[in-house]
Amino acid sequence: MPGWAFVAVSCAVAAMVFAAVHLAGNDYVFVAGYTVLQFVVLATAWNILGGYTGYVNFGTAAFFALGAYASVFFHKFYPLPVPVLCAIGAAVSGVVGLGMGYLTLRLRGAFFSIATLALAVVLQTLVVNWNYVGGARGAYVIRPADTALFHVPYIQYLFLIMLALAVGAVATARMIERSKLGYGFAAIRDDELAAEASGVPTLQLKLVATTLSGAMMGMAGAPFPYYNGYLQPSSAFALEYAVNAIAMPMIGGTTSWVGPLAGAVLLGTLQQVVTVTFSAALNLLIVGALLVGFVIVAPNGLIGLWQRLGPVLVGFTQTKPSSPGLTGRSSNHEPGDTVLPGQAGQ
Amino acid sequence: MSVLRRLTPMFSYDLLLNAVMAGLLLGGFYAAVTAGVAISFGILDIVNIAHPAFIILGSYIAYATNAWLGLDPIATGIVALPAFYGLGAVLYQAYHLAFERRGQDALRGLAFFFGILFITEVALILAFGVDYRYVEAGYVASSWHVGVIGLPLRMLVPCAMSLAMLAALWLFLSRTFIGRAIMAVGQDQLALALVAADPIRIRRIAFAISIATASLAGAFLIIIQPVEPSIGRDYIGRVFAICVLGGLGSLPGTVIAAMLLGIAESLTATFYGPSWAPAVSFGLLLLTLALRPAGLLGR
Repeated sequence: MPGWAFVAVSCAVAAMVFAAVHLAGNDYVFVAGYTVLQFVVLATAWNILGGYTGYVNFGTAAFFALGAYASVFFHKFYPLPVPVLCAIGAAVSGVVGLGMGYLTLRLRGAFFSIATLALAVVLQTLVVNWNYVGGARGAYVIRPADTALFHVPYIQYLFLIMLALAVGAVATARMIERSKLGYGFAAIRDDELAAEASGVPTLQLKLVATTLSGAMMGMAGAPFPYYNGYLQPSSAFALEYAVNAIAMPMIGGTTSWVGPLAGAVLLGTLQQVVTVTFSAALNLLIVGALLVGFVIVAPNGLIGLWQRLGPVLVGFTQTKPSSPGLTGRSSNHEPGDTVLPGQAGQ
Repeated sequence: MSVLRRLTPMFSYDLLLNAVMAGLLLGGFYAAVTAGVAISFGILDIVNIAHPAFIILGSYIAYATNAWLGLDPIATGIVALPAFYGLGAVLYQAYHLAFERRGQDALRGLAFFFGILFITEVALILAFGVDYRYVEAGYVASSWHVGVIGLPLRMLVPCAMSLAMLAALWLFLSRTFIGRAIMAVGQDQLALALVAADPIRIRRIAFAISIATASLAGAFLIIIQPVEPSIGRDYIGRVFAICVLGGLGSLPGTVIAAMLLGIAESLTATFYGPSWAPAVSFGLLLLTLALRPAGLLGR
C-alpha cells in the first residue's frame, strides 16, 4: 500500500491503542505502555543501521541519553514544550550520529561495534563532568500534573507523544525499506565491496543511516526526563538500552519494519510484566536468554519463522499449488514480505 | 586566569612518579584481564564480549571460597582453572555448532555473546545480590615503600602474578605444538588442517584457555577492588581497547598496550580527577582505530 495510506492506517491503529489503554482505567498502563513504545522507536532506529545496513551499533544508549540530556539542558535554561524538545533531541543526536559516522565508518564489523561502544563511554564521561545538567548527581525534572490543553493527565500526554513518535518511526522505516535508499542499504549489508564497485555511494548512504538512526534514538530520549522525573548518567547511558535495542530487532527479524515492531511489542510487554510480577533483574535474564535462543534457533527472527512456516500453514488452505515466485516461495503475499535483494532464494 | 590554572594541574614529582607506578601496576592487571580476549578476538576472531562477565564470575568464586573457607583468592583462581577451561570448551562447542558451521555473519555471534553476558550477570545478581563483595587476604591492606614510591600490595601481587601468567601463556603459544597450532589456526585454518591438526579442536582448546584466564583475572580483580555483578560492563570497552591498541594476535603488544592504558588512566585520575579517566582510555581507542587500526604490534 502506498506510504500515505500506511500512515493513515497506523494513525487509526494508534488511536485504537490509545482508546484501549484509556479503557483500562489505570494510569500504570500508560506508564508501562510508554516504555514499550519507546522501545519500538529505539528498535526501529537501531534496525535502520543494524538490520538494513549491517552495522551493529552498541552505542544506542548514548544517542538516547543525549536526547534526554538536551531536554534537561533546556528545562534548566528555558523550558520548551515536549514536541519541540523531541525535535531538538533528534537534531542533537542526528549531528552526533553524523560525527560518529565520519569517525567510525572506515571500520568494519566488530571494530565498528567496539568504536560505537567507546564513543558511548566518551559521551557518558563528558556528561558526567558537565555540572550544568547535574553531572554524576543527576538532574530532577518536575513535570506538570496535567497539560494546559484539555487538562489531560501528563502521563497520557507523554504516551500520546511517544505513540506519534512510534508511528513516525515505523512509517519512516517502511518508507526507507521500499525506496532506493533501502536497496542501497541492503546492498551494503550483503556485500559492501561489490556495492561500492557497482557504484552505490556507500559512504554517503552509511552516513545517512547513522544520522537517521541517531536522530530517531535522540527523539525517543527527549521526553524521558519528563517521564522519569530524574535523570542520571549511569542509568541514561545504561547498557540495558543497547541490549534491548539489539535483542528486539533480532527477535522480531532484522530485514523488515515489522521485525523491530513485533520484537519491541512482545519483548517490551514481557519485560514490563516480569518487572512488576517477579523482579527487574529477572527481566534482563529473559532478554539475554531470548536473545541467545532466537539467535541460535531462529536467526531471522519471527519474520523468518513466519516465512518458513507460513507457506506450510497457508498451503493447507490452498487447493492448487502455485509455482514458486522470484523468492522461491509458493505463497504470494505474507506480512513482512519484502523484496530486498538479500532475501532471494531464502 | 582561573581557567588556565584549571588546565595546568598541580605538579609534584612525587605524585607523578606514584601515578606512573600505579598505572604500571594497573596495566599489569589489565593485561591479565585482556589476555583472554587477545586469544579469542585476536587469534580466533571470535568477538567474545561476554569475557568480562566470566571474570566477574571468577571474582565471585574467589569471594565465595574466601568467605566460607578462608582460602586465598589467587589459590582459588588456580584451582578453578580446569572448571573454567571446561566452561570455555562447552561454550565454544555451542558457538561453533550454532554459528561457525552455518557460516553465519558476525552479527549473530556478537548477539549470542551479548546475551551470554547478560545471562551471566543476572545469574550472579540473583545468586549473590548487588552488594559489593571484597576478600580478606594477608596482603590486601599493606604496602611496600621504595623511597618516595608507594607500592600497595593489593596491586603489586596481582600485577606480578598477571605478568607471570602472561609469560606462561606466551611460552605456551610460542614453544609447544598446540600453542603454535593455535597461532596457526588464526592465520590459515586450511593450512593447519593440511598439516594434520584438527582446526576445530585447536580452536576449542584456544577458546577454553581464553576463558580459563578469566578465572585468574577474576581473582586478581577482587583483590584490587570490591566487586559487584555489573562492573564487568566497564571492562568491555577497556578490554577491546587494549586488544586493538596492542595489535590483534600479539601478546607482547597486549602487555604494552595494557601498561599504556593503565598509565594514561592513572595520570588522568591523579591530575584531572577519576571521572575523566574512562574518556582517556576510550579516546585512545578511537584515535587508534582512526589512525592505526593494526595497533602497535599487530600483523
